[in-house]
Amino acid sequence: MIEFILNKEHIKTEIPSGSILLDFIRQKKHLTGTKIGCREGDCGACTVLSGSLNTEGKVDYKAITSCLTPIASVHGKHVVTIEGLNLTDGLTTVQNAIKENNATQCGFCTPGFVVSLTGYALNKNISITGIKDSISGNICRCTGYKSIEKATEDITSILVEKNNHSTKWLIERKFVPEYFTEIPGKLFDIKAKMKINSKGTIVGGGTDLYVTRANKFQELDVDLISENDNINKIFINKNTCIIGAGATVSDILNFTRLHDYFPELENYFKLISSKQIRNMATVGGNLVNASPIADLAIFFLALNSKININDKQGGNRIIFLKDFFKGYKSIDINDGEIIQEITFELPEDDQYFNFEKVSKRTHLDIASVNSAMNISIKKKLINDIYLSAGGVSPIPLFLKNTCSFLKGKVLSSENIQKAHCVLKEEITPISDVRGSKGYKRLLIRQLYYGHFIKLFPDIINIYDIK
Amino acid sequence: MKNIDSINHVQGKSIFIDDITVNHGTLYGVVFGSPFAYGKITKLNIEDALKIEGVIRIFTYHDIPGVNQIGAIIQDETLFAESEVHYVGQPIALIVAETEKIAQKARDLIYVDLDEYDPIIEVSDAKEKQQFIMPPRTFKLGDTKAAWNNCEHIFEGKATTGGQEHLYLETQGSYAIPQENGNIKIFSSTQGPTAIQKIGAKVLGIPMNKIEVDVVRLGGAFGGKEEQATLWAIMTALAVYHLHLPVKLILSRNDDMFMTGKRHPYETQFKIGLSGDLKILAFEADYLQNAGASADLSPAITERTLFHSTNSYFVPNVKATVYTCKTNLPPNTAFRGFGAPQGIFVIEAAINHASNKLNIPAREIQKINLLKENDEFPYGQAAKDVELTRIWNTAQNNFNISKLEKEVSAFNNSNELKRRGISLTPITFGISFTNTMMNHARALVHIYQDGSIGISTGAVEMGQSVNTKMVQIAAKVLSVVPERIKIESTNTTRVANTSPTAASSTADLNGKAVQQACDALLKRLKSTAAANLKVKEDMIHLRDEAVFIDNEKTSLTWEQLVWKAFANRVSLTENCHYSTPKIYFNKAKGKGHPFSYHVYGLAITTVTVDCISGSHEVDSVKIVHDFGKSMNQEIDNGQIEGAVVQGIGWMTMEEIVFDEKGRLQSNALSTYKIPDIYSAPNSIEIIPLETESNDEAILKSKAVGEPPFIYGIGSFFALQDAIRAFNPSYKSEFDAPLTPEKVLLGLYEE
Repeated sequence: MIEFILNKEHIKTEIPSGSILLDFIRQKKHLTGTKIGCREGDCGACTVLSGSLNTEGKVDYKAITSCLTPIASVHGKHVVTIEGLNLTDGLTTVQNAIKENNATQCGFCTPGFVVSLTGYALNKNISITGIKDSISGNICRCTGYKSIEKATEDITSILVEKNNHSTKWLIERKFVPEYFTEIPGKLFDIKAKMKINSKGTIVGGGTDLYVTRANKFQELDVDLISENDNINKIFINKNTCIIGAGATVSDILNFTRLHDYFPELENYFKLISSKQIRNMATVGGNLVNASPIADLAIFFLALNSKININDKQGGNRIIFLKDFFKGYKSIDINDGEIIQEITFELPEDDQYFNFEKVSKRTHLDIASVNSAMNISIKKKLINDIYLSAGGVSPIPLFLKNTCSFLKGKVLSSENIQKAHCVLKEEITPISDVRGSKGYKRLLIRQLYYGHFIKLFPDIINIYDIK
Repeated sequence: MKNIDSINHVQGKSIFIDDITVNHGTLYGVVFGSPFAYGKITKLNIEDALKIEGVIRIFTYHDIPGVNQIGAIIQDETLFAESEVHYVGQPIALIVAETEKIAQKARDLIYVDLDEYDPIIEVSDAKEKQQFIMPPRTFKLGDTKAAWNNCEHIFEGKATTGGQEHLYLETQGSYAIPQENGNIKIFSSTQGPTAIQKIGAKVLGIPMNKIEVDVVRLGGAFGGKEEQATLWAIMTALAVYHLHLPVKLILSRNDDMFMTGKRHPYETQFKIGLSGDLKILAFEADYLQNAGASADLSPAITERTLFHSTNSYFVPNVKATVYTCKTNLPPNTAFRGFGAPQGIFVIEAAINHASNKLNIPAREIQKINLLKENDEFPYGQAAKDVELTRIWNTAQNNFNISKLEKEVSAFNNSNELKRRGISLTPITFGISFTNTMMNHARALVHIYQDGSIGISTGAVEMGQSVNTKMVQIAAKVLSVVPERIKIESTNTTRVANTSPTAASSTADLNGKAVQQACDALLKRLKSTAAANLKVKEDMIHLRDEAVFIDNEKTSLTWEQLVWKAFANRVSLTENCHYSTPKIYFNKAKGKGHPFSYHVYGLAITTVTVDCISGSHEVDSVKIVHDFGKSMNQEIDNGQIEGAVVQGIGWMTMEEIVFDEKGRLQSNALSTYKIPDIYSAPNSIEIIPLETESNDEAILKSKAVGEPPFIYGIGSFFALQDAIRAFNPSYKSEFDAPLTPEKVLLGLYEE
């Protein structure tokens, strides 16, 4: 049984745990403010909030696209639709800002924007990214966004005063209705008697599975690794970072210690999908999906990560991520095995890291080509180098030969250019909807050189490659 | 005044088709479309699908009681394919089941046996095979043949623009309900309720009065629901006709993208001739328009391309021909601008081509050739109230064009990894349906005996705030507060024989009708007041919900006056008809006075290109726009901003990809990208140029829906400018959209 709170209502349902939250909201509960725009997480019209009780007894809310949400993932949580934000009298602060700035025209996308922006207000003190990023997954075809930006400025000017994780403050400022104060207690009651839901097909966040195979999975029970507290944690042990397979992209981004090692992490991760999808998509899901342009796979390949795989009998094995991908959508995993975690050594002082991604639309898009580089320099020599490239081969590619060529060599423009000749032989891009073969060849060249130009502008510049 | 829907919108309370509370017994439809682009159906296999529990019936053309024909201008389109299919996604059958999921499952079991033919995808192929929707159309002015001899410079080139998916956030949908005596009520997300009623009656073989179409609002349309909402509405009506139960059909995004037409792609050969002092003396263009598999609105779109072939310039010798090419793609259709943006892109490309060759800024050619008062358009109409020079000067004074250009080159000289570019885009857009017969509208205004007001018109609310403007007009004429006024749904039973909400003209046409109706009601109320207060009628004025004798307020309120009129058996209802005066057009000659007025403007666009990745951003779009006297500046600004970003999407990002078999590859939001918040320009500045305007514009507030879309073209030429700043050997091909792929290839081409 799935049990949760939908707005003010306590829900208990026996429908399959793989059922889609959006359909439950619209069809079963007739809450029609949540819209169906695309059913693939690419428009944000179905955005709702999912709030879970944290260790301090407060509720952390995150915006999710309900079209890709198996209902299992809201078990024990507070789901908030636009109806659950409406005040009995007047508009909320977010709603009013949208109205006053003429930031709604046809109105179909508007509830999604209101929910996302309210999610930001609820989250302001724990979110790394800003208010604009909170609506990175919301598409509007009418306004051209400038009026929406003005609305976010109005909201920000009010939120400036918010300096703690307080629901009371938000109620006083009319961001959320008063019943939000009752939610922690209600969730606590559910949690006390909640059974772990661990039957059915193992699913990561479902953000890709529910795009392509929703018809099948909505009739099944699913076992969500993101909801499994044993494998969704992130921590640092000595010099090793350990990320549970069930951790979401947002979990990684919100893990503040990582930013000490990757100062640009926010900029890299903002290029990965949208806020809503990052709140749902898991590391494990991204890896087993084995897309040749998987952003996280590219990121972790350049960190020479290892993955820890468990089997049903309690055994486990550890392999390098670069050995995990066998061919197009083919991976080194056996029946009954599950990725437990991914681990990598944190960069040291002489190490430099860069991640690049280019897509037709810079944000909320799948890469045409992406690439990461992790390089350590000792006495002007390339001590170690790890390069990865997506979109140029059937798998997320570790550029083995290019790395071997460069390792031990002097970091010079000449050597970097020579290594590009090796790189060219390592890749096999194909033409598809994300770009022609020739473009992808040129693009990986650019991103390869781009790593060095950004990290070592004194060694190589754009005129060297023109 | 804010959009009257905004309070419901932000609370998620606005009702769209899919939100209507369904009646008991409602069934759900899913459409089976052709998996092939071109072929002869030998057998349609539906037996397995029918066996699924919950499947009620599968409809094909055999079930059509009337005529299987839905073509609006040319009778060349079926509701359901008969023996041949002509594009992937062409409807073949409608599955009706107890739930949508069951209908989808059943659809997966349907397949067709088919003799497949080679499809035509490209216009060049269609032209070679002489596959046209209709004979080519030509507009002529002067004599280009003779003019070439007088030209100092002659340049020829090619310009291509891609298609564009409407991507209204609300997909196409319809919900039909049986009424007594075989009548059918259809709730549809359509811009053209009358089209559904008229064509639906024909398909069902019943008179129009048996079909009632009702539209509350649309979740975006942009032209995509002008003609192409009709199919789905008629399909639900057909199912209701047979089953006598309510039937709902909402297209999935995927089906919507596969089955509906888009903006027409164009491929054009142009030739431009200039004098030594840069006057454009002659312009020729052969436009190959990709119309898709049937006519739809292509003949009208063809015409508007021709009407706008010279954009904002006076060209004394013009020969422009559009070939409306028939291909095996979904029938392309109306999309904001209606063929004008495609035509304007070509002359702007020609000017840029000339300026590249002559090594001078394009603006020097643009400025010297701007239309002046009484200049003749290629279609014979004389340009009136031309504001282009004033607009250009206002832009110069407020934005300092030469300073902007200097800033761009200073940036380019000091920046290694990035380059900036700048462009100017003047626009001139004719307002009216170019088919004169469509320029009319009606309004039905009731004042209820308690003083509240209900207004019905033929205007469809689709986010453009036309309903808000109707409230403003009525409130102004009747001197009441807007809260008294309710705008009713758009309904064929209340207001009949309407033109679709399109051509930017809807507020003008319907607004004028509302204005006239309210004027008539006001006259009757004044007469009641005069009799009651025993003064002459011309001394009576209504102001702020009260009756005044000249400037003196009486104790008679709006509500009391209305009640007195009612008690005196005065009619409190008025139905008015408006038709645009003065306009006409002779199609055979290609000459006339098709537009009641023109809208003018200018945009300055600056962009920044990342020379490593080829990605770009639009820094700013600075606009001087002729609103006439805007009746709602904040709403009109919203139309401009939305149109600009849509135009930028068309020019830089949105790429429709079909494979060689005619299957849409960009068939989802994951593969077809429209602007998100990060792709909007960093700033859009709008300076409203207040002009004398025109009496045919409602309250002298000019139409605003489509013209600003054309400003988006500026992003294309600004990007080319930026690429050239990095790579002097860039070939500057005029091939839109200029995606990051083409930008990067351009930055590094040799």
